Amino acid sequence: MLHYDLVVVGGGPAGMAAALQAHEEGIEKILILERADTLGGILEQCIHTGFGLHYFGEELSGPEYAGRFIEKVYNTDIDVKVDTMVLDISADNVVTAVNNFDGLLIIQAKAIVLAMGCRERPRGALSIAGSRAAGIMTAGTAQKYVNIDGYMPGKTVVILGSGDIGLIMARRMTLEGAKVKAVCELMPYSGGLTRNIVQCLEDFGIPLRLSCTVVETHGKERLEGVTVANVDEHLQPIPGTEEYIPCDTLMLSVGLIPENELSKNAGIALDPVTGGPVVDEYRETSHKGVFACGNVLQVHDLVDFVTEESQLAGVGAAKSIRGSKPDSDTVQTKGENGVRYVVPQKIHRDTDADVKLYFRVGRVFENVTLCVTCGDEVIFSRKKRKMTPGEMEYVTLKTDTLQKLPAGSTLTVHIKEA
Amino acid sequence: MAKKDLVCVSCPIGCAITVELNDAGEVVSVTGNTCKRGESYARQECTHPERMLCTTVKVEGGRLPVVPVKSASPVPKELLFACMQEINQITVQAPVKIGDVVLKNILNTGIDIVATNEA
Amino acid sequence: MMYDVVVIGAGVVGALTARELSALNIRVALLEKCNDVAMGTTKANSAIVHGGFDALNGTRKAKLNVRGTALMPSLCEQLSVPYRGNGSLVLAFSEKEMEHVQMLYERGVKNGVQKLSVIGKEDVLKLEPHVSDEVVGALLCESSGIVCPYELTIAAAEVAVRNGVEFLRNCEVTAIDTDADGVFTLSTTCGEIRASYVVNAAGIHSDDVARMIGDDSISLVARKGEYYLLDKSFGYLADHTIFQCPNEMGKGVLVTSTVDGNLLIGPSALDVEDKQDVDTTASGLAFVLEKAKKSVPSLNVRGAITSFAGMRAHPVTDDFIIDFSEKNDRFLNVAGIESPGLSAAPAIAEMAAQMLTEKADFAAKADCDLHREPPVRFRHMTKEQREALIAKNKAYGRIICRCETVTEGEILDAIHAPAGARDVDGVKRRTRAGMGRCQGGFCGSKVVEILSRELGVPMNEITKFGGGSKILFEKTK
Repeated sequence: MLHYDLVVVGGGPAGMAAALQAHEEGIEKILILERADTLGGILEQCIHTGFGLHYFGEELSGPEYAGRFIEKVYNTDIDVKVDTMVLDISADNVVTAVNNFDGLLIIQAKAIVLAMGCRERPRGALSIAGSRAAGIMTAGTAQKYVNIDGYMPGKTVVILGSGDIGLIMARRMTLEGAKVKAVCELMPYSGGLTRNIVQCLEDFGIPLRLSCTVVETHGKERLEGVTVANVDEHLQPIPGTEEYIPCDTLMLSVGLIPENELSKNAGIALDPVTGGPVVDEYRETSHKGVFACGNVLQVHDLVDFVTEESQLAGVGAAKSIRGSKPDSDTVQTKGENGVRYVVPQKIHRDTDADVKLYFRVGRVFENVTLCVTCGDEVIFSRKKRKMTPGEMEYVTLKTDTLQKLPAGSTLTVHIKEA
Repeated sequence: MAKKDLVCVSCPIGCAITVELNDAGEVVSVTGNTCKRGESYARQECTHPERMLCTTVKVEGGRLPVVPVKSASPVPKELLFACMQEINQITVQAPVKIGDVVLKNILNTGIDIVATNEA
Repeated sequence: MMYDVVVIGAGVVGALTARELSALNIRVALLEKCNDVAMGTTKANSAIVHGGFDALNGTRKAKLNVRGTALMPSLCEQLSVPYRGNGSLVLAFSEKEMEHVQMLYERGVKNGVQKLSVIGKEDVLKLEPHVSDEVVGALLCESSGIVCPYELTIAAAEVAVRNGVEFLRNCEVTAIDTDADGVFTLSTTCGEIRASYVVNAAGIHSDDVARMIGDDSISLVARKGEYYLLDKSFGYLADHTIFQCPNEMGKGVLVTSTVDGNLLIGPSALDVEDKQDVDTTASGLAFVLEKAKKSVPSLNVRGAITSFAGMRAHPVTDDFIIDFSEKNDRFLNVAGIESPGLSAAPAIAEMAAQMLTEKADFAAKADCDLHREPPVRFRHMTKEQREALIAKNKAYGRIICRCETVTEGEILDAIHAPAGARDVDGVKRRTRAGMGRCQGGFCGSKVVEILSRELGVPMNEITKFGGGSKILFEKTK
C-alpha cells in the first residue's frame, strides 16, 4: 500500500490546478493519476484559442493553457502517473488504480480530489431512428481524430447541437476541407458563445438551424445522409418539415455529462441537476476528505473557471489534511425561477472566505434582476441585460454576510422578470 | 453610406452593433455597443477583419503524427484558406516545443505560425 | 479448395453446426459474407432461451425448442458463455388473456416443457414488483433463460476453427454448380470453393442460396424487429423475461434483463421488402416503448443507451426447415429459423450434424475438445486475480474502455482469437469495449488504433463492421 496526503484523480486542467494549489499550501505528498498518456486532459485536443483570457489575461490554445500547468507540475515534486486508471475509491479513502507498469496500485490518501472531467452524451440517449452506419460520432471523438490522430473523420458533415464543441468542430472541419452542411440545434437558441457562432459558422456561411433536429440517419455501411425536421415548442418534430441532407458524417454535440461513475460507486451524494457531487464552499463532497472540481462537478464553459474552482478545491483539501477546514453547520443553496442549479450546494456558517455561487439559467433572459435571498431578506441583487443557458454565471457573497446567516437557512438564487 | 449590423463577440453580452460606413468604406459611426472594446471590434470587423488560425502541422519522428499550431497573431480573414494551403505543405521534425516557429511570415503577412504543443 | 462440408452462414446455427462438425474426421469450411460471425439475425434479437410453450404441439419448433433449451445451460458452460436461468412470465391483463395463458400452459405441458405454472396477480407482483398493477395473472416458466447470442456464436466459431474448421469471412456465395459426381462448386467473393455437402444456414438469405441449386421451396418473409437497450442502472426493473400474450406476428413486446445486466425491450414486428433494412424507425421504437410500458409502466427511454433492429426470417410454413433439398440430397437446408431459433439452435446444430453424419457416414475424430476456455474478463476479477494477470501480461493493466473496464489485453485476445475480431463492432461484441454508457465515445478511437496496429493496416482501413463501413477518411496532412 502506498501512502499519500493527496491523491488527485485526473490530470486535466482541474486536477493539475488542484494539485498545484495544494502543493502551494504546503501539502507534501501529492499524486496525480491520469488515464491518458499525457497530462492535459481534453485540452490536448482543443487546439483552438480562447483559453486563458480570465486567468492569464491572454488568449491561448488548449495545449498551451494545459502546457503552462504541466510545466509547473513537473517542476514540483508532485508525483504523476499517466496511463493509469482509477478503478475504485473506498469509504476510507483508499484509491485502487491500475496501469501496465505498476500493475495494481493501492493508495491510502488523507484527501482525494475528483477531477475526472465529463463525457459526451451519445446517440443512444437521443434515440435517433435509422441506420447504425459508420460515420455517426460525438464531436469530441471527431476532434480527437482530426487534431491528435491526424485523420479526417468525414467529408460532408451535419452537426447536431450548437454547443461550443459543435461550433468549433464546424470550423475545424471546414478549414481541413470538409463541407459542413448545417448545424442543427433542438432549442430555439444556441448553447454556444456568440463569438463562436460568428467565427465558426457565419465566417464560413454554415447555416445554424434553430429548433431543428435530426430525426433519421440513412446509409447501410457509411452514413449517406440524415433527415432533419423542425421541432415545435415541446421539442417534438413537426410532421411535414422533414428535409433530407446528404452527408457522410453526423457529429453529435448534444451535451456533456460529468463522469461520476467512481463517485457513484463510492456512495458520494450527487446533485440530480448538475450530475456532479453535492459540495460545500471548498468543494468537499458528502464523503469526508473527498473533493470534486472542474467538469466532474459541473460542466463549465470556460477553463479559467475550472482552474479557479480547482484551486479552491486544492485549498480545501489542504485545509482538510491539516484539520483547519470550516466545520460548522451549513446553510443550503438552491436555484429557483429560471436558475437551474447552484454550486456549491451548501456553505459552512463559519466559512473563512468570500464565496462565489455559480449557477446556470434554464433559458434566455433579457433585462431581468438577479437576486439572492435568504428567507425574506434580499442579500444580493443586480440587473442583468442578458443571461443565457450557455454561460455559467456567478455572484460573490461576502464572508461576513455568510457568517450572519441564520442556522438552517437556505440561500435562493432566482431571476426576477420586469 | 452603408450600414452594417454586427453582433459583438468581445464579451458574452453580445451587443447588437450598427456600423455606418461612407462610400470609401470608412467607418463613420458605431452605435449599439456598450463599451470601448465593442467599438474597436466593430471598426476592425468592418474594415479589415482578422481571425486567429489554429490547425495542425505534420510532424515526423514525434509521439503523434501532427502537432497543433496557431498564427502568432490574427491573420486577415480572407487569407484563412490560403494560409491553410501553405501550412498543409510543410512537415516539421520532432522535437518541437511550444512556441517554436514552424513557418515564418506566412504569405508575407509578417505573421509566424507557431507550435502550440510539444511533439 | 475441396471440403467435405461447407456451411454457408456464420450465425448461431451455422457456427454451432460447424462446431458439431469439427468433432468429425472431415474437412469443413464456414463461409460468412460479412466481416464477422453473428452479423445477421443472431446479433439483434431478444436473446431469450424460451421455455417452449409457444410452438404448436408436434411441430419441429416445439420439439427443437424444448431440446435446445434443455441443452443450452450445459452448452454455455462448455463454451464459457454467460447463461442465466431467469425464468419467464407471460402476463395476462384480462380474464380473456388468462384463458390464453391457461391454453399456453396446457400446450407447454404437452410439448414437454418443465417447471410451468399459472400464477395469480399477487405472485406475479411478488416476483416482479415493477410489473403493472393491472396484471391479472401470468404463466410462469422457470425453465427458460437468457443468453448472449453473439457471444455463443463467437465461442462456437472459435472452437470450430481451433478444431480445424476453415472460417472464411467476407465470402459471399454468388452461385452454386453441381458436377456429374455430385460435387458442388461454389462461386464466392473469395474464389471457387468445392464441397461434397453444403449446409445452407444463410438465415434471411437462405431462400436465395437454395435457389442457387434450383430449389425454390423456401419462402421467407423478412420481419423486422426494433429494440431499445437500457443502461444497467435500469436493470432492476425486470428480473424475469416478461412477455405479453402473443399475437399473430409473434410473441409481442417483451421486457427482459440481459446477461450483462442491462434491460432490453422489444421487438416491434414489421414485414419488410428489403432484407437488409435494419434501420430503426421512430414509429417502431415508439411502439416498442408504448407496449413495454403496458408491462412495466415505470420504463423510461432516458435510460436508453442504444436502439437497434434485427431481421427475422419468418417461413411462410410457420415451422423450421431442416431437410435435404428435394433438388439435391447433399444440400441441407437449415432455414426459416425464426423464434425460438436461438433456443433451438443447439438442437438444430445437433440434428444437422447427425443428418450429415448418417448420410455421408462421417467418422468421429479420435480426440476432440469442444470446450472453450473462459476469456479474460478483468471487470469480474478479484484484486488477487488481477495482480496475477497483469504480472503475466502487462497489457491487462491498461484500461481501454472505462465504462465497462475492458483492458488492452482483452482486446488483443479478441483480435488474435480463432475467428477473431477484425473491426470495431467485432471487438465490442467480444469484449464489451464501447458497449457502455458512453457508447465508445472515449475508447472508440483507441480501439481503431489497436486494430490498426495489430492488423498492420492504416487507421483509415479499419471499419465499424466490415465492407464500406470505414470510420476515417484520408490523413489531414
